[in-house]
This record gives sequence, structure tokens and C-alpha cells, in this order.
Amino acid sequence: MAVQDNIGERAPRASLLNDPVVRGIIYQVLVAAAVVAFISWIVLNTAQNLAAQNKSTGFDFLFRTAGFDISFTLFPWSRTSLYWQAFLAGLLNTLLVSIIGIFFATILGFTLGIARLSSNWLVARVATVYIETIRNIPLLLQLFFWYFAVLKAMPAVRESFALPLDIFINQRGLMVPRPLPDQEFVWVLVAIVTALIAAIAIGIWATRVRTATGRYPGQVVLAAKVADAIVSFLVALLAFSLLANMVRGISMPIMLGASVLVAAVSVTRFAPFGRATLAFVFGLTILYALLVAMFPAVPQLLIASGSAIGGLTMAWITFARATERPPSEGRFPFALLILIAVGIPSLVYWATGAQLAFEIPVLARFNFRGGVQLPPELVALVFGLTIYTAAFIAENVRGGIRAVSSGQNEAAQSLGLKEGDRLRLVIIPQAMRVIVPPLTSQYLNLTKNSSLGAAIGYPELVNVFTGTTLNQTGKAIEVIALTMAVYLTFSLLTSAFMNWYNGRVALVER
Amino acid sequence: MTTDTAYIRDEFVPERPAPGRAGGPIMWLRANLFATPSDAILTVLGVIFLLWAVPPIYNFIIGHAVFPGGTVEDCRAEGAGACWAYIYARFNFFIYGFYPIDQYWRPNIVFILGAALILPLLIPTAPFKRINAVLFFLVFPVFGFFLLSGGVFGLSYVPTEQWGGLLVTLIISLVGIICSIPLGILLALGRQSDLPVIKTLCVMFIELWRAMPLITVLFMASIMLPLFMPTGTNVDKLLRALVGVTLFASAYLAEVVRGGLQALPRGQYEAGASLGLSYWKRTYFIILPQAIKHVIPGIVNNFIALFKDTSLVSIVGIFDLLNTVQAASSDIEWASPTQAVTGYVFAAFMFWIFCFAMSRYSLWMERRLDTGHKR
Repeated sequence: MAVQDNIGERAPRASLLNDPVVRGIIYQVLVAAAVVAFISWIVLNTAQNLAAQNKSTGFDFLFRTAGFDISFTLFPWSRTSLYWQAFLAGLLNTLLVSIIGIFFATILGFTLGIARLSSNWLVARVATVYIETIRNIPLLLQLFFWYFAVLKAMPAVRESFALPLDIFINQRGLMVPRPLPDQEFVWVLVAIVTALIAAIAIGIWATRVRTATGRYPGQVVLAAKVADAIVSFLVALLAFSLLANMVRGISMPIMLGASVLVAAVSVTRFAPFGRATLAFVFGLTILYALLVAMFPAVPQLLIASGSAIGGLTMAWITFARATERPPSEGRFPFALLILIAVGIPSLVYWATGAQLAFEIPVLARFNFRGGVQLPPELVALVFGLTIYTAAFIAENVRGGIRAVSSGQNEAAQSLGLKEGDRLRLVIIPQAMRVIVPPLTSQYLNLTKNSSLGAAIGYPELVNVFTGTTLNQTGKAIEVIALTMAVYLTFSLLTSAFMNWYNGRVALVER
Repeated sequence: MTTDTAYIRDEFVPERPAPGRAGGPIMWLRANLFATPSDAILTVLGVIFLLWAVPPIYNFIIGHAVFPGGTVEDCRAEGAGACWAYIYARFNFFIYGFYPIDQYWRPNIVFILGAALILPLLIPTAPFKRINAVLFFLVFPVFGFFLLSGGVFGLSYVPTEQWGGLLVTLIISLVGIICSIPLGILLALGRQSDLPVIKTLCVMFIELWRAMPLITVLFMASIMLPLFMPTGTNVDKLLRALVGVTLFASAYLAEVVRGGLQALPRGQYEAGASLGLSYWKRTYFIILPQAIKHVIPGIVNNFIALFKDTSLVSIVGIFDLLNTVQAASSDIEWASPTQAVTGYVFAAFMFWIFCFAMSRYSLWMERRLDTGHKR
């Protein structure tokens, strides 16, 4: 076989046009020239159009008086406020509804995502139907539904629905009590933060000691036993007072006595019986209250016996779980930490004599007086965004959990980890790696979707600024540029976070 | 048999009884609904929830509903459910908007032709794919436009302001889909390009559009587009929305296609280059067919989002399906307590049908295309 030997010869001459590097430069120059030409054409046209309409450009309009009303702002607003304050009001309203929406959508979305993977056929089916329905209906339509069909159809102010905790709902929105902290309340806030930090520090320290020596430090074990008893007493008191609401004839001494008994039992080896009793009482009372509210037509005796069966099942489950619990020396001291985080602020509250009063909304002649009045637009927007985004978050969560290979679960089982520990230590950390990036983009989507509030009259950025301000000033370019800048900032912040997170959790391979 | 090795059994383990029934409805119930006590509680809570939620919904939609043939008085009666008679009476408005009634045959032809062309396109085994695609993506939009707007071949002129309802929803989503495909592919290729200027321009374009909510894009299109054009040009309102939707959709599509491009092994690019193919030939014959195939489910999901997003054009004053429903809900002739809700349920059902069909199609394609790639 003849082999041509080219070594040492010069490369064949070729046209400069066929050189990839030269070509690339020519292409780029052409494209850049075309883009520049296109942009200057647009700029020239715009300048001409603006000149024809006698309009000036510049951001000086931001410091002029706005002169319109905004129905809901987070800071005092009057007709003499300036346009930049309108911008700020819109931006704050966007952030407010986004943060509330993200909070609820995350809870609902995680619940639904896990429910869809449940081994319980019914629960999985209900979650699937929810997700498949909500995902395939436009958000704007859902917002219209909540706003025009549900909230606008609420009763008039006189016939407001009264919800628990002095919350009222009517055509004009949601009326909630306004907290009125006094001067000393600052100390309680300080105590809350300090106690929380202390509790977390103790938790970390105890875990470290246990990792190093194999057992929790002695002081913590002793304190945890005391805390267990105190928390049992308080929980028992809560349970029996709920029971006293349902069944007449349970007086204060009986409640106290029973609670002390439960607390005393909780430090002995008969603790499972105490926990089962509490589970029964909670199951019975909560189920009863729920069912009575849901099915007013069904006779109460039937509901009571059904609730009792539910409570007994709860007691059975709790008893079975409690007997499998390791002795208190081997348990993480949850009760102690909760007691520290809640108890110390309560003590400070009581000791300083601070007052946290609530201004309760009261029906006056024409409207509610006092309290905070959340406009129906805000409520509808939060409802719509939460319900819509939760369906997408649920799918991300499901995908993330499914992405963890079953071998991980089996390996964790073979190490002897319990189901809870398997989820907490093995499955969830790996699933989060997959869940967090799409989750952040869902959060960004929710923030962007909050601009649909403009369609139902919620005064967020697009409504107040890109809508009203643009109409009044006619400064189309400046207003739209500012709006774009805001959303671009949100988007860049989100992707910066995502890159940071991805870099942190990425699998380190060879 | 006996042995002196202590750890070997010298007798059989006694037989165990046969397992209980492994199948049947009772075992199914036990396995799926009552496996553990907490499972049982969840099931009972679920049943309670369904008992509470389903009857009112059933009564509203079917049980107490007023069907076509009923009158306004029936809908206004105490406790009446959905007023389907109202939907029936206003159905043409929801489908065609303000299109002249004697010209309904024109949108009808467009609907039928569109369905006839898209069905064989969606069935992978149907023949004549190339001709079919050319007809659907190039010929059909032009033909449909002239048929709908008229003014030529003796057809009366129907301005776009009179188009409305489902017709406009379908037009916007179809134009958005058809125009965003080539644009999105070009943007994705540009983003993967080695040429820094082109890459930067594409990244800027994609990230800018993706950062903004569609409603801002539509505002921008309806306010800024007339400013950008030479003085005196009049840009049709529907066209402005179409431009906004298309650019928006193409930025999202570009990201999906980029995923497909990145999923291809380097060897494919290099093999193409070693065959001496030019960039465009390599891209067209080797890279794109494989990359697009990878991301068909993602593209369909994009189309679902686009279809839902078309409802936003109602904010800039175009009468799409949602806006016609919203406008009709203040119709005094059919005023009843359930009028608005009925309209929303109807619109939701229409949107749901299209989106659900698309998502099932994407799942089916995913499973079909998945086979060759499992190792």
C-alpha cells in the first residue's frame, strides 16, 4: 500500500476566505454591523416619533408629584407623593405578595409532591388530580375565578363571615387583628432571638459530644428528662382543655390532676400509656371539631362516635411508636430545646410586664374599624399564586425524590437506619440537590407571575408603574426600562444563587 | 442423613402454611389503603375530604345545573347550579368573537384544515412528513390569514379587531409556536457558537426576555413597537401581541434546544467535521435531528406554557377566549348568581382539554423516544 509522505511539505495554499478564523471574524463583523444598524434605525425612529409628539426624555419625572391614589401601600401614601415613591410602593407590593406566596406555595407544594408518591392509593390519586387540573389552567383564569367569582361574591360587610382568631372575611377583603406591642416588648424580641440561638447551640453541642463519645452529655440528659415532664404537663393541659370544650363537667382541678398524672407517668417506663392517652384526646377533639364544621347535617352522636374511633386508632399508632422509642439517654433532646426557645421569652414577657395587645377589627356602622384590612386583590393574588405554583413545586419535589436511586434507600436500610433517619440523612439531602435549582426558578416564576395582579387591580409594580405612571407621564421608554431593570435584577440574583448552590452541592467525582 | 458437622441441619424445616390470598379486591384494599394504621387514618381523612368536596362540585356542574333549553329564570332560581344554557346561547361569541355571523364558514374551514394537517404530523408513522410539515408550517398560515382577513378573491374584509374567542387564542398560540421554532433554534445555536460576538448577543437576548414577565413584554410590544417604527406606520394590535409572544416564546425555546445540543456527545460534532461537512450541513444533517429528538417533550411543555400564556393578551385588550368569557359575564340578559362562575368553568375546561392533550402527547413521545437511549 502506497503511503504518501507529506511530512515537511508546506500546507496547500487556500483562499483566505476559507480560513475558519478569518471567516469567523467576517461573520461577527457582519452580524455586529447589522445589529448596530438595526438599533440605530430604532433609535432614530423613536427620536423622530417622540419629536413629533413633543415629548422629552429623562428620569426627572420621578421627582414630580404623582397625584393618584394607590389602594394599598406598605408606607403612608398621599396624592402629593412623588413618582419614585409610587415605584417603591409597587415594588414593595410585588415583594410582599411574592414572599407570602412563596411561603405558602412551598408548604403546599412539598406536601402535594410527597402525597403524590404516597403508597396510599387514595392520597396519591387526590394529589395527582389536583396537580393535573391546576397545572393545565391558565393562572390568569384562576385569578379571575378567585377574585370575581369567590371574593367578590363574599357577603357584604354587615354579614361578614367570622373565622377563628377574630378574623373576618367579606367583600372588602380579610380583616385581621393588628398586634400592638408596647415599649417593653423589645426585650421579649431580644429574648426570643437569644433563646433561639441558645437552643440551636445546645443542640449542635450535644450532637457533637454524642458523635465524639457515643452518648449525650450528662447535664443535657438530666435537663431533657425534666423538660420532657414539663412539656408533657403543658401538652396534657392543652389536650384536656380541648376536651373540656367538648365534654361538659371537666373542671379545672380534674384537668390539672390528669395533667400532673400524665407528666409523672412520662418519666417512668409507662410513658407510652401517657402518650397514647394524649393522642386519643387530641384525635377525638380535633376530628370532632373538624367534622362538625364540615358536615352540619350529620347527627352529632354519629360524629362523636366516629371521632372516638379515629382517636383510638391514633392512640394505637402512638402507643406502638412509643414502645419502640429508645430510652431518653439516647434521644435527641427536642423537648428541652423547645422549652428553652419558647419558655425563656415567655418568662421575660411575664417578668418585664410587657404587653402585646391586639387591636381587634370591630364592625362599625359602615365598615370594620381597627385591625389590618387586607384588600381582596391581595388575598385573591396570594390564593391564585399559591395554588398554581404549588402544583409545579410538587412536580419538582416528586422528580427530586424519584431521582435518588433506590439503592441509596436499600443501603441505608442495610445500615440499620430507621425510616425517619433514612429520609432525613440519606434521601432528602440527595433529593434537595435535584429539587433546589428548579425550586428557585419556580420562586422566580411566582415573582414574575405576581405581575398578573395588574389584571385584578392589585397595585404591584406593573400596575402602579408600568400602568398608571406610564399613562400619566407618557415616559414609555424610561418606565419600561426601569421595570425591565427590576425584573432583570430578580432574575440575575436568582441565577447567581443557583450557580452558588450548584457549585456547593455538585457531586464531587474523580 | 446424619452428619457430625454441627452447623448443618439434619432435618427439614417444617412446612409453612400457604400464604393468604395474594390478590382480589380485599387484598388490594389492604395493600393500598389500609397497609398500616397511619395509612388507614389517611384513607379515612381522604374519604371524609372527598365526601365534603365532591357533592357540591357535582351538584354545581351536573346535579342542579341548568342545561341548554333552560331559561334565565331557571338559572336565577335559588340553589341553581351552573347555567349551561348561557354558555350554549353565547357559544358562538366564545368561539369566533365579533366575527361576522354570515362569514363563520371561513374560520370553520381554517379550524378543519388545521386539524386535518396537524393530526398526521403528530402521528409518527404517518407518511409524507416533509410535504405535510411544509403545508402546515408555511402554506397553512398564509392561506389561513388571507381566508380570515379577506379583502382578496372577492372575500369581504374582516379587520383583526373583529376576530376573537377561541379563534384568536389558537391563532396566537399557533403563530407563536411556528415562528418561535426557527428563531429559538437559531438563538440556541448562537448561544453555543465559538464566535464571541454572536454568543454574547444571543445570551443577552435570551436572558433579557426570560427575565421579564410576559405581561411586561406585551405592554412593551403594544406601547414601544409603534414608537420604534418609522413615523406614520400603523402596527395592528393583534400583530403587536404576536410579536411580543413570539419573541418571548423563542427565548424559552432556545434554552430547551440548548439542553438538547449540550446533551449530544462531542463525538457527533467531531465526526461531522471529519467528514468534511460545513457548519450548516453538519448542523442540519447531524446535530439538529438528534438534539431536537432529545428535547421534544421539553418543547411540547413549552408549547403548553405558551398556550396558557396567550390568555394574558386580554390585558392589552385583545378578545381571546378568556376575555370573551370575561366580557360576557357582565351580560345583563343572562345575569344570574352563577353566571361568572359558569363562564370560568367553561373557559377552564377548554384550556384544560388542550393543555392536557398536549401533556399526554409529550409523555407518550417521551416513552416512545426513550427506548434507544437506555444503557
